[in-house]
Amino acid sequence: MESKICNLATQFFEDLKSFLRRCLFFILSVGPMPKHIAFIMDGNRRYAKKQNLEEGAGHKEGYSALMNMLRYCYEFEVKYVTVYAFSIENFKRRPEEVQSTMQLIQEKIESLIEGEYVLSQYGVRVYVIGNFELLSNSVKLAAKRAMDATADNSKAVLSICIAYTSTDEIIHAIEKTCEEKSEEFRVLDSSGAGYGLIGLRCNGKNKGKSLIDVEDIEKHMRMAVAPDPDIIIRTSGETRLSNFLLWQSASSLLYSPNELWPEIGLRHLVQAILAFQRNFSYLKMRREQN
Amino acid sequence: MAASSFQIHLSPLKHQRFLHAPELSPNTRRPSFSFIPKAFTETEPPGNGVSINGLLPVHYAEEDPSSLPSGLREESMPRHVAVIMDGNRRWARMRGLPAGSGYEAGARALRRVVDLCCKWGIRVLTVFAFSSDNWVRPKMETDFLMGLFDRGLRNELQHLIRGKVHISVIGDCTKLSKPLQVLLSEAAETTKNNSQLHLILAVNYSGQNDLVQACQNIAQKVKDSLIEPEDINKFLLERELETNCTEFPNPDLLIRTSGELRISNFLLWQLAYTELYFTNSLWPDFGEDEFVKALLSFQQRQRRYGGRSS
Repeated sequence: MESKICNLATQFFEDLKSFLRRCLFFILSVGPMPKHIAFIMDGNRRYAKKQNLEEGAGHKEGYSALMNMLRYCYEFEVKYVTVYAFSIENFKRRPEEVQSTMQLIQEKIESLIEGEYVLSQYGVRVYVIGNFELLSNSVKLAAKRAMDATADNSKAVLSICIAYTSTDEIIHAIEKTCEEKSEEFRVLDSSGAGYGLIGLRCNGKNKGKSLIDVEDIEKHMRMAVAPDPDIIIRTSGETRLSNFLLWQSASSLLYSPNELWPEIGLRHLVQAILAFQRNFSYLKMRREQN
Repeated sequence: MAASSFQIHLSPLKHQRFLHAPELSPNTRRPSFSFIPKAFTETEPPGNGVSINGLLPVHYAEEDPSSLPSGLREESMPRHVAVIMDGNRRWARMRGLPAGSGYEAGARALRRVVDLCCKWGIRVLTVFAFSSDNWVRPKMETDFLMGLFDRGLRNELQHLIRGKVHISVIGDCTKLSKPLQVLLSEAAETTKNNSQLHLILAVNYSGQNDLVQACQNIAQKVKDSLIEPEDINKFLLERELETNCTEFPNPDLLIRTSGELRISNFLLWQLAYTELYFTNSLWPDFGEDEFVKALLSFQQRQRRYGGRSS
């Protein structure tokens, strides 16, 4: 009986908080709202140390913080959310740590498939972005399953970057572009079109004729599934990008609160959105130029 | 040696914060192009009595390790510092001055920073002088900036040579006037053997375009069968980027003034692990104190490069 009352009370408070967030959203949406927010989830291990928890516990807290942030983002109608889960550079850590992190990632991806409430409620499509060749088979399979299971969702997008670095993404895009172009050249040359490659080198004057352009590279980027991020939030107070979305961050607002990732809350999101709204007219102009 | 008649004219183009509309308001006096306003000589403050820092001619000090301010550790000084020199026009607007005086004051700030880098043993300094996106500014303003750049560089060249500063330019120079292009390549040529400080001016530079041109070079090599697409790796790419002119192409520290929290298409690839430092002070006010604060902040950070701190 008591537990029933407890559950009802909890449910009531959850509904109340949700309602208050909805009001907050209506107020914020008087101004422009970001469409894409990216998170660098830094500080899980420091949090575990700080709270005297065992090693993996920081990441588990981090996972619940992530679910909360996703909920808030989708409630605020932020259509695209990207998170930096594991960098290629992180493979340099101790093998046991890499192993346990990979296992945690695999578990969490699987729980996403098994009907995590946030995803189904908001119609979220999941993409796993990164260099799959570096992942173990089990993680690869879990990732593919997650992407297939949510392929029909279209209201929002969650991009999880695993085994990702921006430099790797750019190199991969350039490789694909070169392969594609060299195939085109082979066809043109063999057909005797005499197209030549005078226009290939972009020396400013021939820019209109150059055969490789920003768009060619961008369409081969792994992150082409989402537009450029409006805000990049990195927790734990570090202000650096750590090889995350370098290409796409040219006009993103960078926001770095001092709190560790498991401590992040609604107020940080609201602060970031307010900062975004202050800078919006500039960002709009930049986008129109491009 | 610098005499009292020396005028501070190093006025490279500034990357401007263009949060608010870039057009000059009708109330702002349009700068005139035919002379440097008399108000900005070193001996005379401008009409409204506001003093401008850094009025005395500055010589480029020799490297002296013991000259580091207290608190800074020599072994953790950054080798390559990049700067986005933002806030010149806002600085001028706040003082009721025309935009041109903001750029002038910004030039003096740049002189100070170059001098400090020489003194403190920083090897490379990259400054974001003018972005490809800045061409949308009114033509009068961009022409003025080009004029300042030209005059400034001509006047500064001897001092830079004496100070053993090596100048390089990155970015697409073809949109600049011919005399300016010639001047820039001459400056780069005459100073190429200097080794105290490598000053890289990013003029009409865009990080994305840098990557695109590197990609085009690589594609040309693939086409000429010099390499296969599978051989493309990050070392190959870094060799093709415009920052290959220096031994330390990736900045350790990026400083952006005037409180804007973004990178604005400057050095995207090279900033992968760069510590970013944002300060609210405007670029013309950026001096030794601010620079020391930035360096202290840099030295306190734990740079892990994806690994784990011990």
